[in-house]
Amino acid sequence: MSDTDARRQAYWRATMRLTAVLLLLWGGVSFLPGWFAEEMNTIVFLGWPVGFYMAAQGALIVFLLIVWLYDRWMTRIERRYGMYNED
Amino acid sequence: MSTTPALFRRLGRYYAFYVVGFIGLVGLLAVAEQFGLSARWIGQIFLFATIAIYASIGVMSRTSDVSEYYVAGRRVPALFNGMATAADWMSAASFIGLAGTLYYSGFEGLAFVTGWTGGYVLVALLLAPFLRKFGQFTIPDFLGARYEGHFARMVGVFAAVLASFVYVVAQIYGVGLITSRFIGVEFEIGVFVGLAGILVCSFLGGMRAVTWTQVAQYLILIIAYLVPVTILSYKVTGVPLPQVMYGKVLQDLGVKELELFSEPRENEVRAQYRYRAEEYARKISDLPDSLVAERMGQVQRVTELRTQGAPARDISAAERTLRDLPRTPDEARLKWERVRQDSLARTVHPAPHAQPHPGVDQAGRNSARNNFIALTFVLMVGTAALPHILVRYYTTPSVSSARRSVFWSLFFIFLLYVTAPAYAVFAKWEVYSNLVGSNIGTLPHWVTSWGRVGLVKVEDINGDGILQLAELTLNSDVILLLVPEIAGLPYVVSGLVAAGGLAAALSTADGLLLTISHSLSHDLYYKMINPQASTQRRLVITKSQLLVVAVVAAWVASLRPDSILLMVGLAFSIAASAFFPALVLGIFWRRANKWGAIAGMIAGLGITLYYIMRTHPFFGGNMGDAWFDIHPISSGVFGVPVGFIVITIVSLLTPPPSAEVQALVDYVRLPDRIGNVHEAAK
Repeated sequence: MSDTDARRQAYWRATMRLTAVLLLLWGGVSFLPGWFAEEMNTIVFLGWPVGFYMAAQGALIVFLLIVWLYDRWMTRIERRYGMYNED
Repeated sequence: MSTTPALFRRLGRYYAFYVVGFIGLVGLLAVAEQFGLSARWIGQIFLFATIAIYASIGVMSRTSDVSEYYVAGRRVPALFNGMATAADWMSAASFIGLAGTLYYSGFEGLAFVTGWTGGYVLVALLLAPFLRKFGQFTIPDFLGARYEGHFARMVGVFAAVLASFVYVVAQIYGVGLITSRFIGVEFEIGVFVGLAGILVCSFLGGMRAVTWTQVAQYLILIIAYLVPVTILSYKVTGVPLPQVMYGKVLQDLGVKELELFSEPRENEVRAQYRYRAEEYARKISDLPDSLVAERMGQVQRVTELRTQGAPARDISAAERTLRDLPRTPDEARLKWERVRQDSLARTVHPAPHAQPHPGVDQAGRNSARNNFIALTFVLMVGTAALPHILVRYYTTPSVSSARRSVFWSLFFIFLLYVTAPAYAVFAKWEVYSNLVGSNIGTLPHWVTSWGRVGLVKVEDINGDGILQLAELTLNSDVILLLVPEIAGLPYVVSGLVAAGGLAAALSTADGLLLTISHSLSHDLYYKMINPQASTQRRLVITKSQLLVVAVVAAWVASLRPDSILLMVGLAFSIAASAFFPALVLGIFWRRANKWGAIAGMIAGLGITLYYIMRTHPFFGGNMGDAWFDIHPISSGVFGVPVGFIVITIVSLLTPPPSAEVQALVDYVRLPDRIGNVHEAAK
């Protein structure tokens, strides 16, 4: 196995790890507040029932963060394995 | 061709001028309104001015280059591609309907808010960068290359056209509604104005023209969405940040709801509706005798009024009632059943706005919860599988800009979706606290003006002269337009909102139309029927397909099909179960092969369609046959896992894909300009 092949495999493994972590976060934020909405709504934070807030706004903010983090981390991974191209 | 940063600066300058110009136009109209310009004129100026803007962008961006026509030359900067995707994504339903859905469904409606945004996480993590690296023209292109041959491409074309066509009909239908209701032209004329608006953008310039008009349309639609509710928030709470402030209003609304639901007169009205429902149930079971009795009674009433010498107005009203009586027992059964259902719905209080998963008993609550989760899932996966969204990521200059572009798309979409619940809460607060309980003789003027077009209905069933909540009917499209009225804003703001709705419908229709015509001309004609076709001929075919599809879609829309909203809801399940498993496994699982993909796409799509037929009354099914009580709109919740399982099993039972395809998988996984072996071979 050549050096490039090893580098590419390591690159792909790092990508997969990041993707798995972020997908887990996505799944949690997407479905847990919906499932436990009743329980979460008993907590009120700054006037918001937390269950309602999560579905209406909280989850959306986390989605934005996930996509932003993914771009940042992927750029970093590409640099680490020497695959980054300036565009 | 200019370099990317220079292009970016130039575009930024153009669109800044454009926004300033547009705000100037709105200001000018506002001044003109003070000097007596009528609402009708304001509406029409908005309609024609915005379409003229889109048309000039469309004409300026005309092109006869294949790469420009299909993927805008692959040099759309991430930020602008984000805006174009956002306009492409947000349809007439998001812009006009979502606020109304949230008003009526409260918490349950939030499945749309999380679902339609969370899908972009899947686009970013699982699809966009890899499709960009693959870098061809359509989604069936990927299926054809990855799954070796025409069969997978064919299934892709079928599902893309099926999902996109119903969606494009709904957009043109939406244009007809907006123009007829808010600008005052006839529905059919509105449909053809819409058709013209769509064609001037897409016909001459394809993706390139559509991209730049979509950016322009996004700017109008987001201004139109944010302005009214921001002003209202300032008036109600003193802070012009509706997204932050509606939490407080929601809390007050919760108190108001409890108060209203225990009000004696409110309960009296609900009891009267129960009597009415029972009365109609009796009338329906006594058919056909009850219809005869009804007619005789009404004839007698007319004669009585005549002999008494009653005022002409009363007589003609009685005559009209007589004329409007159902003609046949079958017609009566349908009509009366509708009245019975409507009255029955008014006998119970709506659920409190913030209450999740309402139901009469524990089983009902569980079912509501399961459906909420299933709908969220289907909307997310469907978002990540709609071809007209995915092709937008072919247009960015590089893999990393495709990633960044998803972030911008989600950001621009977020601005609207995070505001929609605020619209619902502010409108509900106003209706519950000010409108309900007021004197029916002195209701605000919009109640009468929208009452005339059937969007608002008031019936004083208990005759006390006071409006109770159960006596009021608001069409869900009205909620969005209610806000400028409540805030006491001049008509120019309502015209602006109509222009925003129009921009949302047109931009989505453009994107869908391109997807359909490209699937037919590029995938079906060029790749399968005539691979020797010259560039010239391919473009001619594409443009003629575009024309044909647009005219057919406008024709279908002008027939006003009842089922169109239902079909749009189903498009998500269809796209999700046909595309998502095959696309994702195609990138992440090297071993997935042709046979697996074909079997999986057909099985997933098949299960979804079967479940819809089995449970939806429109196709003769009923909910009694449902699995786990899941509604047909979420049928993809069965189709998607079946697709994944079948692809996996069938792939493992058949030989692995060729070395060439495995090299393609490696190629798409690596970022820009790496693994160029395949690039050279293309």
